[in-house]
Amino acid sequence: MQVYGLDRTIREQPFFAGLQEAFCMLVCGCARNVRFEAGQYLFHEGAPAEEFYLLRHGRVALELHGPERGSVTFQTLGPGELAGVSWLIPPYRWTYDARALTLVRAIAMDAACLRQKCEEDHHLGYEMMKRFMPILIERLQATRLQILDVYGSPGQ
Amino acid sequence: MLPRIGRIQRRRRDGPEIWTIEIEPEHGAAAFVPGQFNMLSAFGVGEVPISMSGDPAEPGRLVHTIRAVGPVSSALARLEPGQPVGLRGPFGSGWPMEEMAGRDVVIVAGGLGLAPLRPTLYPLFGERARYGKVVLLYGTRSPGDILFRRELERWRRRLDIDIEVTVDHAGVNWRGHVGVVTALIPRAAFDPLQAIALVCGPEIMMRFAIAALRNVGLADDAIYLSMERNMKCAVGFCGHCQFGTVLICRDGPVFRYDRLRDLLAVKEI
Ligand SMILES: Cc1cc2nc3c(=O)[nH]c(=O)nc-3n(C[C@H](O)[C@H](O)[C@H](O)COP(=O)(O)OP(=O)(O)OC[C@H]3O[C@@H](n4cnc5c(N)ncnc54)[C@H](O)[C@@H]3O)c2cc1C
Repeated sequence: MQVYGLDRTIREQPFFAGLQEAFCMLVCGCARNVRFEAGQYLFHEGAPAEEFYLLRHGRVALELHGPERGSVTFQTLGPGELAGVSWLIPPYRWTYDARALTLVRAIAMDAACLRQKCEEDHHLGYEMMKRFMPILIERLQATRLQILDVYGSPGQ
Repeated sequence: MLPRIGRIQRRRRDGPEIWTIEIEPEHGAAAFVPGQFNMLSAFGVGEVPISMSGDPAEPGRLVHTIRAVGPVSSALARLEPGQPVGLRGPFGSGWPMEEMAGRDVVIVAGGLGLAPLRPTLYPLFGERARYGKVVLLYGTRSPGDILFRRELERWRRRLDIDIEVTVDHAGVNWRGHVGVVTALIPRAAFDPLQAIALVCGPEIMMRFAIAALRNVGLADDAIYLSMERNMKCAVGFCGHCQFGTVLICRDGPVFRYDRLRDLLAVKEI
């Protein structure tokens, strides 16, 4: 019953939309439901990227901190979005903090488990890559806009 | 072509280096449509185009929001109540208020780009039943840069309009969205097949916003944007604001995207 429940939850995630049945079962084996209270961290910069999160409910802030500026939020995420991409690329360590802004319910995907399954079945691996690439590209473009500081005063 | 005289009635700080001034024209009001601009002159300094940012239903109270970036805009932003200001206008094309009736309206504003769009919001919110869904997506630099903050907060309390604000970066006390305004577009609730979008902000932001609107299914002829180029005469004589085959002052500043599509991609103009 519980497996069916998680399976359905996973199918409802935009990230897995249209995923083949067989792949869905494979992915499901790496997933679990998790919950974070407001203020709790999903992960910290520098720590091993052991899980990534598909948000079902609530909001998460991605933060960096420096000695003078304190914590700076550079992106917030909401339901249907994915927190954490560092699990995909060596050295598999988080490069920022992720903090729950509200109560967060999410599906946590075991990164080592998913990486292993992708290695064993490259069709699954390619399917995962096709789903991750647009997210990475979107973030790259957003970062470009933020770096250009388009709203700043000219000459600033 | 000679400027009329107006007097500053009020002046309010609306952000870092941004001031909103209210001008009372000495010889009566000139009606304007949202999206139009006036040529404002600071006497002895110069004249620049500045969009209307107030309510078109109150043409006797001209409202302009100015960022002090150079000599003329800084002189205008410094004017105190009672001081004179030169006025020519209103000039230019407006936002497509008639075409918007009966359709979902998506407004995408970036930074100071909210100012030329604000005049559309008064009739949109005032005659709410004339339109389908109304969505305002506003992106700016940081929480301290949010323009017209009190008004936005008041409008956000309404249940029949969706207003989302996002900033490029924020400290830990900000509870709202962080990220680029384009990221709000796929999440917004509107029907792309019958929506009309108005976009105003820095040109790079507008190009990204247009790409995101097209991605969710808006047609090129359903997207409008407001362009800025340096101007002198404002009536299509001098050619100063030429942008490829169009003159921004005479043919714009508001354009339907399909008219500008090929020009926007060209770097040299
Ligand atoms: C149709 C139209 C509507 C406008 N509406 C507004 C408005 O509502 N509020 C407002 O503050 N400004 C608006 N502007 C821009 C405004 O006209 C310019 O900022 C102004 O002309 C600058 O003159 P200046 O003498 O103060 O500075 P300048 O010495 O001319 O410029 C100072 C610096 O600002 C840069 N700059 C000049 N114009 C712009 C611009 N449009 N965008 C970004 N950087 C610029 C210059 O490259 C230079 O680096 C509008 C422009 C147009 C064409």
